[in-house]
Amino acid sequence: MPTVNVNRDLLFEKLGQSYSDEEFDELCFQFGIELDDVTTDSNDPKGAVTYKIDIPANRYDLLCLEGLSRALLVFTKKIQAPVYRAVKPGSLIKTVVKASTKNVRPYVVTAVLRDVTLSQSAYDSLIDLQEKLHHNICRKRSLVAIGVHDLDTLSPPFVYSADPPQEINFLPLNQKKSFRGDELMIHYQSDNHIKHYLHLIKDEPLFPVIRDSKGVVLSLPPIINGNHSRVSMGTKNLYFECTATDLTKATIVLDILITMLSEHCNTKFEAELTEVIYEDQDSPCYFPALKYRKEIVKPELVNSVIGINLTPEQMALSLDRMCLKSRVEQSTEASLEVEVPPTRHDVIHAADIIEDVAIAFGYDNIPKTLPATNTIASQVPLNKLTDQLRNSIAQAGFTEALTFSLCSVEDECEKVRHSRDIKEPQLARVANPKTLEFQAARHSLLSGLLKTLQANKKMPLPLKLFEISDVVLLDSSVDTGSRNERRLCAVFYNKSPGFEIIHGLLDRIMLLLEVPCSEAGGYSIRSAEDPTYFEGRCAVVLYNSKVIGRLGVLHPEVLSNFELSMPCSAIEIAIEDFV
Amino acid sequence: RLHGVKFTIRCLVKAEFLRKGLKGITTLSQPTHRMYLTHTDGVSSLQLATELEEDHQKIVGAIKSLQSLGDIVEAEQATSSRWELTAEGSSIVKNGSHEALVFKAVPPGEEGIPQPDLMKATGASGKIGMSKAIQAGWLKVKKEGGVTKLTRTVESIVDTVKKNLEELEKGTSTVEANVINDYKKRKLMQQVTVTSFIVRRGAGFTTTIEKQETELTPELIASGAWKTKKFKPYNFNALGTPLAVGHLHPLLKVRSEFLEIFMEMGFSEMPTNKYIESSFWNFDALFVPQKHPARDDHDTFFLSRPAKTTSVPEDYLERVKKVHSVGDFGSQGYRYEWKREEAEKNVLRTHTTAVSARMLHKLAQEGFKPSKFFSIDKVFRNETLDATHLAEFHQVEGVVCDRNITLGDLLGIIKEFFRRLGIEKVRFKPAYNPYTEPSMEVFAYHPGLKKWVEVGNSGMFRPELLLPMGIPPDVRCHGWGLSLERPTMIRYGIDNIRDLVGPRVDLQMVYNNPLCRLDKH
Repeated sequence: MPTVNVNRDLLFEKLGQSYSDEEFDELCFQFGIELDDVTTDSNDPKGAVTYKIDIPANRYDLLCLEGLSRALLVFTKKIQAPVYRAVKPGSLIKTVVKASTKNVRPYVVTAVLRDVTLSQSAYDSLIDLQEKLHHNICRKRSLVAIGVHDLDTLSPPFVYSADPPQEINFLPLNQKKSFRGDELMIHYQSDNHIKHYLHLIKDEPLFPVIRDSKGVVLSLPPIINGNHSRVSMGTKNLYFECTATDLTKATIVLDILITMLSEHCNTKFEAELTEVIYEDQDSPCYFPALKYRKEIVKPELVNSVIGINLTPEQMALSLDRMCLKSRVEQSTEASLEVEVPPTRHDVIHAADIIEDVAIAFGYDNIPKTLPATNTIASQVPLNKLTDQLRNSIAQAGFTEALTFSLCSVEDECEKVRHSRDIKEPQLARVANPKTLEFQAARHSLLSGLLKTLQANKKMPLPLKLFEISDVVLLDSSVDTGSRNERRLCAVFYNKSPGFEIIHGLLDRIMLLLEVPCSEAGGYSIRSAEDPTYFEGRCAVVLYNSKVIGRLGVLHPEVLSNFELSMPCSAIEIAIEDFV
Repeated sequence: RLHGVKFTIRCLVKAEFLRKGLKGITTLSQPTHRMYLTHTDGVSSLQLATELEEDHQKIVGAIKSLQSLGDIVEAEQATSSRWELTAEGSSIVKNGSHEALVFKAVPPGEEGIPQPDLMKATGASGKIGMSKAIQAGWLKVKKEGGVTKLTRTVESIVDTVKKNLEELEKGTSTVEANVINDYKKRKLMQQVTVTSFIVRRGAGFTTTIEKQETELTPELIASGAWKTKKFKPYNFNALGTPLAVGHLHPLLKVRSEFLEIFMEMGFSEMPTNKYIESSFWNFDALFVPQKHPARDDHDTFFLSRPAKTTSVPEDYLERVKKVHSVGDFGSQGYRYEWKREEAEKNVLRTHTTAVSARMLHKLAQEGFKPSKFFSIDKVFRNETLDATHLAEFHQVEGVVCDRNITLGDLLGIIKEFFRRLGIEKVRFKPAYNPYTEPSMEVFAYHPGLKKWVEVGNSGMFRPELLLPMGIPPDVRCHGWGLSLERPTMIRYGIDNIRDLVGPRVDLQMVYNNPLCRLDKH
């Protein structure tokens, strides 16, 4: 969830009202944003107060002071939602897209804002909003990269092409000397901010680049802008370019930038239409889109989904407060015609409009009812058996452990004396673990219990632990190539191994499961060799002649691997056959 | 009269002593002497040891034993110091002083004995014994043809050192202090501190002590002797014995309570024993776009083995693809290029909602009927770990699916659910979730923290999720979820999740965990 930091006093000035922290918190809560933190700048003599506000991930229109204050003003019915327009000028600013961009970053959308007045806070917003958008919807510039330029320093038309890195040479933003494209990749390796974006184009044969008609480089997207066209507080006319691998996202990003920042134009909320010409396409495209979309919703559906009873007119007023201008269409049956503005790209279905009615109505005001859905409950049989066995084993004096399903490969191999060559290929492996502890899904429960013993050596002996949980086995007959298996594992840790205790636990469990001790049609144990167990002290557990697990005295090396000094016996069996 | 106190107590101690069988005598010797009434002064256990000729520690044991019988005697601790012979001192008592030994080794008469021979004969006592004997005037030195000889100057001697030490050992000594000091310097004696007791009559003093029974026995019951026997009082201030019992894990005890609440409310459990899930069911089926941050490898564990899912219902996959990429069922969709390879990537499920998706799809295939489902099981997140976040945790999820149910029904059922967890005050904040609309975060009032804290998430499943599955259009579906760990940590005041879950938990915490009664805060 993105967080925006806004200066409290500036925000209140825009809202035309002061709030206490509690009042503002309450307003946020109702609107669906969250006042996460209030901080005071200790270095600032005036003690500027900053509000950190959590914004829902799909509300790009709330990521700056302009958008946030505008939405709250509309929500509190102080203003009407503005109308955003893209006006076609006498002469369109054109951007030509070369086919060479196809394989690296094929799209660009552009816009112009005229006669802007950038105050310090407006300038800060311009910078911060780009940053927030880059980080969220732009997916760290992989989908969209934004460049904003001082139009008056440039000579349109612009050309967006992809050129060999050696043929690109310009003075990047805030640098003292010019760099070639390939040199920039090396130069920015040590830049903590920029280095994260280098991988997006570094290995491409051609780098995307935007130039003006005189060959001045505007930017090398998605890495860095040129210094030549940099925006300052004195800038009057702004040229926006968003290069992208995802055209939908680029359109949204541009719409957001324009709807937010056009507030600072002499003619508020008005942008200048621009033309994008793809070399290999016949018809040009025009941006910013600033498209208003109509959605028709049935008031009775809205009422029935929410569980309230508003008139269509009340509903329309509610939606107005959410920046969704609505008109009641009276024909045979009432319907609402809702205009979805270019700020609200999150609205993609009538369901989103219904939600906004509910928010404007107030979630806490909706009558809380119970669904009349009459159903008879049941538990999953495997889980029911698990719970019954857990209770019975605890009654037998064992203490339940709860260990992790993820483990290191070593936990399943060397630590329990299994050969890595044999065991590792049987493990489900995590592709992107951040630490060794999450390399694989566990294949047995034993390591977890031994780790629990290891952490509790100070406790009085004997220690009797158990766990009933799932392990993950590879299984090509399942769609995902794997399945869980429910296992029961118990350990007895004392001065003597207590094999008879663990064996007794097996007998007890089988008694409870009404399984007789018999080789045919019951359970039995048979001597076996297993590297985890001490030689001659291991047996397999057979149920209906099928091996369901093992029990025995653990091998001294296994004990050492878990820093255990006492003998220990253990049992691990699969229980799914007993459901 | 003083003597009286001493006497009766002595008898008692002696009797108790005998009763305990310390001398191998088990019969009780009843003191028959008349009791004296005053008890202003007491008697020292040291004195008793002397009088009864017993080891002091055994006397102390007898006194303690008398005390345990009630308030027959009082005992006040006292410390005193006394002289004790060292090993060397004891050897003198046994064999005589060094000087006496040297004297004995010198033959009577003028002939005497050469010094080297004398030293040889007297060993360790030789050197010091010789100088002391000469000092005492018992022996003299003479030189004869270059040989140093010792001869007696007296016929017989009295070994005063031995005599004094004997007396000192018995404690009947009249030896003067300066002599004692001299013995101390010679390391024949040392001072030791003795802890003793001054014993006095107690309020319930009696000379007829009787063995108190410690416990009721089958024999006492059978013989009826319990009617006349006295029983040793219990110490009710002590704790009972810790029992050797088994325990269930605290978190899973809470899980059982949640399960019971769901069952009471008519929810059926979903089969969640499938940790590895395809991205298709974990994300795409839930209308989570393929470029959503949750699908980033910073958030989700992907699998390198088994890396891919081999089958997905094809017709359903096509509908999902369409609703994502171009929109369908009244939705604009996300308008991007949906990729099958992305959907086939296996992940460790990031939420149990993946299972809910499978259940709803199955429900649609088998013919819709109103349903209520729940699950409580593990989910996995490749997140940054801290005191409250682990890579795996338990998710609690409830789903209601019926015709024409309302958002108000969802609020109501969540309120009821939390009421059963002992949380009376809940409220709802609008929120965003890719697969629900409307979406709400559930906040509960925390009386301890005096503020509203987020406890769960909820919403109505989006039409883009339900309709491609084949769920009828008038059916609405509610879901809500929360973690099992968070309310458990709040309930038991646990700050670090590793103290609750995983192999590093303190078993004592598990042993001491109370019953899970969520309504008792």
